[in-house]
Amino acid sequence: MSEPWEEEGPGEIRKFMYVNRKAPYGTIYALESLEVVLIAAAFEQDVSMVFMDDGVFQIKKGQDTGQIGMKNFSPTYRALEGYDVEKLYVEAESLSERGLSEDDLLVPVEVMSRDAIARLMDEQDVILSF
Amino acid sequence: MPIEVNGKTYETDEEGYLANLSDWSEEVASAMAEVDGTSLDENHWEVINFLREYYEEYQIAPAVRVLTKAIGKKLGPDKGNSKYLYELFPYGPAKQACKYAGLPKPTGCV
Repeated sequence: MSEPWEEEGPGEIRKFMYVNRKAPYGTIYALESLEVVLIAAAFEQDVSMVFMDDGVFQIKKGQDTGQIGMKNFSPTYRALEGYDVEKLYVEAESLSERGLSEDDLLVPVEVMSRDAIARLMDEQDVILSF
Repeated sequence: MPIEVNGKTYETDEEGYLANLSDWSEEVASAMAEVDGTSLDENHWEVINFLREYYEEYQIAPAVRVLTKAIGKKLGPDKGNSKYLYELFPYGPAKQACKYAGLPKPTGCV
């Protein structure tokens, strides 16, 4: 019998991509996606997150939810690194269409073209879209 | 089950986690430990205070693996290991320490 502090091996590692397309508030998708990523991080898979369309607003700096009565969960994206979720990709077109740049984002990301993201999607074993 | 401290009653969920984070105080934490039949020493407080700072910064209670790693970074390998943390908090370091720290149950903990 193993003790609770003994870790089991990760088994087969698969590539999981979480695609975030929606604005952070107004629907529950962004928060649900973030929670699923945090939970799934325990399974030591190869995890990446993509932010595109209005999903880029999820990681925009300076969010203030005081007026809408919802918790501002944007600081939690900065905890992802501690969960070993370090592959964060942002679609360049989505940023520029919204007048945003990499400097507006609250976590370090890799900005990629739509074509490059499409190629990356091709390499995944599992894609979950939120 | 609500918890009573110095004549004041604080709401908790069915597992004993504080309903309102702002209700937390050191007295509340000690009272929770007492209910579990234990008392808190400086080593417990070190972890509890660490968790409160973590929550303040990231707005979540960390998973146990993440907590262990982060404690190791801050307090050294003697404390940043599961064995040490399980000895302090036998019900599970993330679960039990988060409860005493007044945080919600860690995301993903069942």
